[in-house]
Amino acid sequence: MSVIFLVLPLALLIVAAGVAAFVWAAKRGQYDDLETPAIRAVQDD
Amino acid sequence: MITLVREPAATTVAPIDAACTHCGLPVPAGYIEPGAERQFCCAGCRTAYAILHEHGLDRYYDLPERRDRPVRASGRQYDEFDHSAFHALYVSATADGLARVELYLEGVHCASCVWLVERVPLVVPGVVRAELNIRRSLATIEWDDRATPLSAIARALDSLGYPAHPFRGTAQENHRRREDRSAMVRIGVAGAISINVMLASLALYSGWWSGMEAQYARFFRWTALVLTIPALLWPGRVFFVSALAAVRARTLHMDLPIAVALAAGFARGVVNTVADAGPVYFDGVAMLVFLLLCGRYLQLRGQRAAADAAELLFAITPSTARVVGADGAIRETPAEGLVPGDLIDVRAGDTLPADGVVESGVSSLNLALLTGESRPVSSRPGDEVFAGTLNVASALRIRVTQAGETSRLAKLVRQVEEGARRRAPVVLLADRLSGWFTAAVLVLAALVYVVWMNIDPSQAVDNAIALLVVTCPCALALATPLAVTAAVGRAARRGILIKGGDALERLAKPSTLILDKTGTITEGAISLDRFDGPDWVRPLVLALEAESSHPIAAAFREGLGLTVLPDVEFSHHVIGSGVVGRVGGHDVVIGKQTFVVETINSDRAHTAFEVRAPISEVRRFTHDSGDSSGLRPLASGLGTLTTVWIAVDGHAVARAWFGDAVRLDAARSIETLRRAGWHIGMASGDDPAVAHAVAAQVGIEQTFVVGGASPEAKLALVERASERQPVVMVGDGVNDAAAIAAAAVGIGVHGGAEASLAAADVYLTRPGLAPLVELTDGARRTMRLIRLGILLSLGYNAVGVSLAVTGMINPLVAAVMMPASSLTVLMVAWRGRTFPEAPA
Repeated sequence: MSVIFLVLPLALLIVAAGVAAFVWAAKRGQYDDLETPAIRAVQDD
Repeated sequence: MITLVREPAATTVAPIDAACTHCGLPVPAGYIEPGAERQFCCAGCRTAYAILHEHGLDRYYDLPERRDRPVRASGRQYDEFDHSAFHALYVSATADGLARVELYLEGVHCASCVWLVERVPLVVPGVVRAELNIRRSLATIEWDDRATPLSAIARALDSLGYPAHPFRGTAQENHRRREDRSAMVRIGVAGAISINVMLASLALYSGWWSGMEAQYARFFRWTALVLTIPALLWPGRVFFVSALAAVRARTLHMDLPIAVALAAGFARGVVNTVADAGPVYFDGVAMLVFLLLCGRYLQLRGQRAAADAAELLFAITPSTARVVGADGAIRETPAEGLVPGDLIDVRAGDTLPADGVVESGVSSLNLALLTGESRPVSSRPGDEVFAGTLNVASALRIRVTQAGETSRLAKLVRQVEEGARRRAPVVLLADRLSGWFTAAVLVLAALVYVVWMNIDPSQAVDNAIALLVVTCPCALALATPLAVTAAVGRAARRGILIKGGDALERLAKPSTLILDKTGTITEGAISLDRFDGPDWVRPLVLALEAESSHPIAAAFREGLGLTVLPDVEFSHHVIGSGVVGRVGGHDVVIGKQTFVVETINSDRAHTAFEVRAPISEVRRFTHDSGDSSGLRPLASGLGTLTTVWIAVDGHAVARAWFGDAVRLDAARSIETLRRAGWHIGMASGDDPAVAHAVAAQVGIEQTFVVGGASPEAKLALVERASERQPVVMVGDGVNDAAAIAAAAVGIGVHGGAEASLAAADVYLTRPGLAPLVELTDGARRTMRLIRLGILLSLGYNAVGVSLAVTGMINPLVAAVMMPASSLTVLMVAWRGRTFPEAPA
């Protein structure tokens, strides 16, 4: 059970990496238009 | 670039129902070309097809969802798009040496529009990239401005049916983009944190029940604490900032109880963590931050739709003006730079950039944007004219009296914005409720703890925690916004665009409904209702009217269809009266009765309407003579605006009736609404006699009909009626905008100026009044669903609280019950029947 002291901080690090990636994507405008890309993906030749 | 292709039309009877190759709508009988593989409903669709075909874009016709309305190109030249002042204002350079511009496109509404607009690079050489944001109708175009003028791109978009306007709000846009992105970041961060805090807390809860070594409990508490701090300092900061501002301003704000609840929950949690005993409240705190941010974001998006529409309205007024200098030379300047006293030149087909007085020139103006009047009004020197109106016939010189912010149009727009502000963003009920709810729960939990310490100290902590867990505000906080969002989403698929939950709430209960006539009850455009005359007259009429931009000419072209046209030797337009010309060897006069009679100087025409064929045929036409042209039947003569006479070689030979036809579904929809309990009235800018006649035809009480109403009079009518009960105003133009904004709920209908969107809470993209019936039904069902959701959530919480207070459940059972109940409430909110599921 004491492995939790190692695993939990590790898991939180991974979460932090995910959050950082999300923030990066949001700041770069990946979420600016949530509708058109969905349509575009289906239509592309 | 692409010219209209005219093909010979045979005189034999065409197949009854042909569908337009481009838009799929039925082709008017006059336009059907027997034997042709491709049929088109109008010149616009034909041109659009030709462009697509020429550039190998036929794949467009295989798209599952296609534009289902005829292509209406404005036919403008967009010369001002190439002007250096225009470029200075709206065009920027990209890193790789290209020019970039953002254009608002009219007429964007479905998936196929994205496909088509983004293939503009294939149609116009020199365009490198085109991207369309469908929700905002905003296209970003990057092109090589040395190779291709922007006007060529705009013309191509125009002929595909998307008239372009420059996007003006670049400064606000950057601000808004930042705001949107940080909202998204806040939600993401709060979500990630709250889930992880929840996991740590879940471990703690199960520990309370099954026993957990102190070191682990301490570890989980501190983990939760460390995670919650950034949640409060980063995403949660917005609540504290606005609560603090409210305290400073000594006002009540819904963020106040939320901030109190967050702070109290966190402080108590910290105390217990440090003391190494008792419940921590971090999961609730973090989850509340996340859920409230989600609710806020949904709300923000709704407000954005309103802001977008206001921008569109500004986009429609022209961006440049042609100023006549002291030396008589014409310079193009940005419309923003106009000052009273300037003399401007407005060509036929241009929109007026400012209010003013006509100095020279005679023309007719289409005031539809301001007054809703579909008939052009003639204007001559000395007449007052207004920004936003369209110069239909010929060039005018106008002395500017009011420009920019002080023009009548700008004032209307401001009224619209004020109306929208007055009605303030929907304060989501759940926001307020869940704040107070959380505070109350904290107090209650403390009480339970104290009370149970006196009854049975071993159970005190368990019961307090069970209470906290079981009363998660999740369902309460999200059920309402979720139900509204689901209903709004479904309505959108049915062509009903709803901006806010408050509109649904007000539409759920029948009250007073005021309809605009032009464009709402009627089709809103002059059309040829009836043509009495021999077939050989038609090519003569069409040839003479072929190039005119006058609405009557357009209606002739629409109604009579394309045929082989004889040559026009000369033509002369007499403003406000008609046109004379020599076509294929005949003298042809088209116009008002008096004008035609004067022109041919024939007293026979005074007495009876006699149709004389110059060659042999002489027939007397009666009102109900057979009509094989496939034109719409004139609904009992109502709504007729104009009768036009046609004379050939000195004899009156044909008459044509033009009107604004009543929509087919109007009477039935109005009857349905009346039965549902709505009190229905009508306001119209048209002549009172026409207004009353139309009202009688669709079954609206004559006492509640106002004709000849100016925008201001419509506003007054809505305000008067609002004293008795909430008013729902349905209209289609900027002329209704003030009334729409003042009404409890404003509804814009299809076909009018897209600008009326700005004022409207709801916009119906499908024509006719049937969507209105669907809207009120859907609103009623949505409100029932919301009440059911709140009831379920409160009922569940009441049961949970009584169980926890009395010590009947332990934390783990509570932890299982909570998501189960939340899921049921959210499922009810999401899946409930509101609007029909299928796309319209």
